[in-house]
Amino acid sequence: MKKRDLISITDYSKEDYLRILELAADFEENPNQRLLEGKVVASLFFEPSTRTRLSFETAINRLGGRIIGFSDAGSSSVSKGETFHDTIRMVSNYVDLIVMRHPFEGSSRYASEVANVPVINAGDGANQHPTQTLLDMYSILKTQGSLDNINIFMIGDLKYGRTVHSLLMAMSEFENPTFNFIAPEELAMPEEYKLFLKEKGIRYFEHTEINDNINHADIIYMTRVQKERFMDPIEYEKVKNVYILRNSMLQNTKPNMRILHPLPRINEIHPDVDNNEKAYYFEQARNGVFTRQAIIAHILNLK
Amino acid sequence: MNDNFKKKLKLKVSAINNGTVIDHIPSENLFKVISILGLQKLKTQITFGANFESEKLGNKAIIKLSDVFFEDDEINKISLIARNAKLNIIRDYEVVEKRVVEVPDKVIGIVKCCNPKCITNNEEITTYFNVISKKPLDLKCKYCEKITHEDQMIIK
Repeated sequence: MKKRDLISITDYSKEDYLRILELAADFEENPNQRLLEGKVVASLFFEPSTRTRLSFETAINRLGGRIIGFSDAGSSSVSKGETFHDTIRMVSNYVDLIVMRHPFEGSSRYASEVANVPVINAGDGANQHPTQTLLDMYSILKTQGSLDNINIFMIGDLKYGRTVHSLLMAMSEFENPTFNFIAPEELAMPEEYKLFLKEKGIRYFEHTEINDNINHADIIYMTRVQKERFMDPIEYEKVKNVYILRNSMLQNTKPNMRILHPLPRINEIHPDVDNNEKAYYFEQARNGVFTRQAIIAHILNLK
Repeated sequence: MNDNFKKKLKLKVSAINNGTVIDHIPSENLFKVISILGLQKLKTQITFGANFESEKLGNKAIIKLSDVFFEDDEINKISLIARNAKLNIIRDYEVVEKRVVEVPDKVIGIVKCCNPKCITNNEEITTYFNVISKKPLDLKCKYCEKITHEDQMIIK
């Protein structure tokens, strides 16, 4: 049987998404299922990402699996000059599954070609972070009861933010979505994604400021303007404080509306939003563990 | 240029008995074509010349290869840098077949990915692109998923 990897969100079909979300609900109900008993998982973080790594490692622990790996490239043989190819080739001899994060784009796809065990991409530079997208979808499904007819507002860095691009692609598989993009011109949604929506006949609107327009939202998806995505630090300084969501802006938003954020946030969501019942970003992070359990179970055919 | 001189010029690139003539190569890409096709490794007779007058290209290069015949997959590799190249297949001093090069659906090696953060620019990995548009040429990297447009294309 061909091994199943998860590298890009578009590698999976709508049926795969639904299967994973169904499994996630099952793990939320009963998180400790020792389906990975006797299995070893490599957690290879060539660049640090505490949140994603802990979420994955919690998921693996709750499934009863053992973990080997490193949390930054400095503590691996990469610092001795070993090639990426050799590291992956060697580790894939030891384990049943590889979870990896790497600063270079396309590294996970390449690893999936080199390894003879499945690879899960936990982020490859600014390219893809598909497990984030699946946990975002699970959060939307849980709070809205459906993935159809959702009006999503994406705010902040829509140019470099890989999470919004992947979410857009995935949600386009469902019935009648509407997208609203709020971003400064420098960080606007790239043409290729707008073209993709046009070709699929999906409605989208573009705005340059947060105002009453958010009152139509079912989901507000906030993103961080990431310093490391900018070649020019002056460009970053210009846009970093542009869009900040405050509690006072939420007064007339829909009762079912929920605010998502991939976290960590810097200042784009004011702390006064945190106590509003519409703030969902911490629960969203919790959903990440169940979703990652579901992804592992799906990939290794554990359920 | 008078007719006499033209005749002399033709003689400089002598006719071949059997083999392939690759015509209408942009002069500036002659050596890249030689390198992509690995012609430097051939043991048979090769004649090439550059900066000939061409109505289509302004100036052109030409390569004549004795006893060499190409498969489509092989010759199509040069389509990225010699879009209008034409092949004449020669048997017994006669042109028996004319072919044009076509942009393939996949480009493996040859082109560098335009994304400096792509794994292929940071490790010894052969590049691999899916051709998503042939005119203008757009190549989508299989690894980083970024698109290298025609005007960004660098031949390795």
